[in-house]
Amino acid sequence: MKLFKGSKFIALALILVMSLTVLAACGQNKQPQGQEGNQQEKGLSGKIEIDGSSTVYPITEAIAEEFQLQYPDTRVTVGVSGTGGGFKRFTVGETDISNASRLIKDKEAAKAEENGIEYTQVSVAYDGITVVVNPQNDWATDITVEELKKIWEPNSKVKTWKDIRPEWPDKEIHLYGPGTDSGTFDYFTEAIVGEGGASRTDYTASEDDNVLVQGITGDKYALGYFGYAYYEENQDKLKAVTINGVEPTTETIGNGEYTPLARPIFIYVSHNSFKDKPQVAEFVKFYLKNARNVVPSTGYVPLPQDKYDEQLEKIINAVK
Amino acid sequence: MSNLKLRKLKNKIFHGLVLSSTLFALIVLIVLLSDIVMDGYKWLSIDFFKNFTSRFPERAGIKAGLFGSLWIIVITASVSFPVGVGAALYLEEYAPKNWFTNIIQINISNLAGVPSIVFGILGLGVFVNTFGFGRSILSGGLTLALLILPIIIVSAQEALRSVPKDLKHGAYALGCTKWQVITGVVLPYAIPGILTGTIISIARALGETAPLIMVGAVTFAAFTPESIFDSFTTLPMQIYSWTSRPQADFHNLAAAAIIVLLAVLLTANALAVLLRDKYQDRIKG
Repeated sequence: MKLFKGSKFIALALILVMSLTVLAACGQNKQPQGQEGNQQEKGLSGKIEIDGSSTVYPITEAIAEEFQLQYPDTRVTVGVSGTGGGFKRFTVGETDISNASRLIKDKEAAKAEENGIEYTQVSVAYDGITVVVNPQNDWATDITVEELKKIWEPNSKVKTWKDIRPEWPDKEIHLYGPGTDSGTFDYFTEAIVGEGGASRTDYTASEDDNVLVQGITGDKYALGYFGYAYYEENQDKLKAVTINGVEPTTETIGNGEYTPLARPIFIYVSHNSFKDKPQVAEFVKFYLKNARNVVPSTGYVPLPQDKYDEQLEKIINAVK
Repeated sequence: MSNLKLRKLKNKIFHGLVLSSTLFALIVLIVLLSDIVMDGYKWLSIDFFKNFTSRFPERAGIKAGLFGSLWIIVITASVSFPVGVGAALYLEEYAPKNWFTNIIQINISNLAGVPSIVFGILGLGVFVNTFGFGRSILSGGLTLALLILPIIIVSAQEALRSVPKDLKHGAYALGCTKWQVITGVVLPYAIPGILTGTIISIARALGETAPLIMVGAVTFAAFTPESIFDSFTTLPMQIYSWTSRPQADFHNLAAAAIIVLLAVLLTANALAVLLRDKYQDRIKG
């Protein structure tokens, strides 16, 4: 009964090694996943590394998916470290493109300069932050920016619905919103309270918008805010409040009527990568050519095509 | 008489109490599992295994995540098993019993309780940056190997300690060297226990996300890895990404991926039981 004798042990070891080899071989299959009507182009290869905001992720992922179908030898990876986490990697040259749901901060820009990273900011879509209530809530249909500010400012005195408007019920208001790491939080506080990051803290915060949807769905006296895509998917369970009389729709978000809560979301493209890696340059061109078709399927609102063309021009000129 | 009744009543109450605690755990598990299976089973198909992730739920699959997970586990297992068993052998069979070994022992037990994200930070600092392995399968696999190493060492030590002293003494009395005693008596006797501990901890590594996010697992990858220096995604990462989508279909896809992950874990556990029984029979025979 020695351990290393016994043909069974050797057989077992052999089976393990063989299965690993098979696994490795499977892994080497290229993925000729051609969609009908999509001709594949050979010749372009190499890595494209993208990281950053989870808000922008669905758009970049969709573009990357289409891009990989057309250029099967390239390898696109997209991470979700958050806008700040993405810039941390982008500004030291680790990534080629960074997804961002807010503008780059001065500190981050300074770091990029220090490391010799030049970049161009490209807006790829609009998102409309939507203020929602429970469908059983039959009093709140419209709210003004001043009222929102009164609710969300730090040390807010609003405890009940009556505190917002005297004719609303004398019931405690339950607030839901994204956590402080989120770009949506930064933008909302900036646009409503007037100072990025300034908010009352006694609300239910979650980085996962689905948690907010769940919370508001089950709570008649709830009010919360999050990205339009999450409202659009859950219209049967939630009611959107109009802001100064404007309803959030793809139209009002796209044409600028839905102020101040419609915001552009961005990708940042590194000039070095655009210049030195043909696959990155091709990816950015592909992104801006196809964004208009792809963006609506992700729940965001696309820009007009000439805006995309303009921005592509801008990068090409900047890199020269 | 009433005293007897009281004692019988106590007996019944205690019985009911322990039964209900078992049922509680079981019912919660059944509710969770059946919810997941109901949501997910419709999405399980051959294509689900063959496709990469997609923005269209009908086209989305788990190929990249499944392959990433398997690659990671191969590295994790092939590093943590020999190192873990080696360390356990040293501590049990060779190390002198003094304050120094005691400190090592206490530290290993403590490491088993360190949150996994801390190992992720360690992996980022050591493997990704210092050793320059980059955000690769190798870094991820080594990080997870470190994460489960303490558990493997502790469980292997338990198994080694269960080897009867008289067997070992008998072998020594026949003139066996230490090497002969370890390979001929100790390991064959302890191997079922060691394997059980190892496979359970590997199953734990299979479900981890936090440390892998730290060492740079990506969320979107439409290719399968070709070498240990490739970037990767794993099944739990894919599940996490799908559950945070707004569309309900993606939540069901996540449920389907959870079923696959559960199946992989169950297979691993079944393998552990199988191996254990096999080696145990041999010892009896």
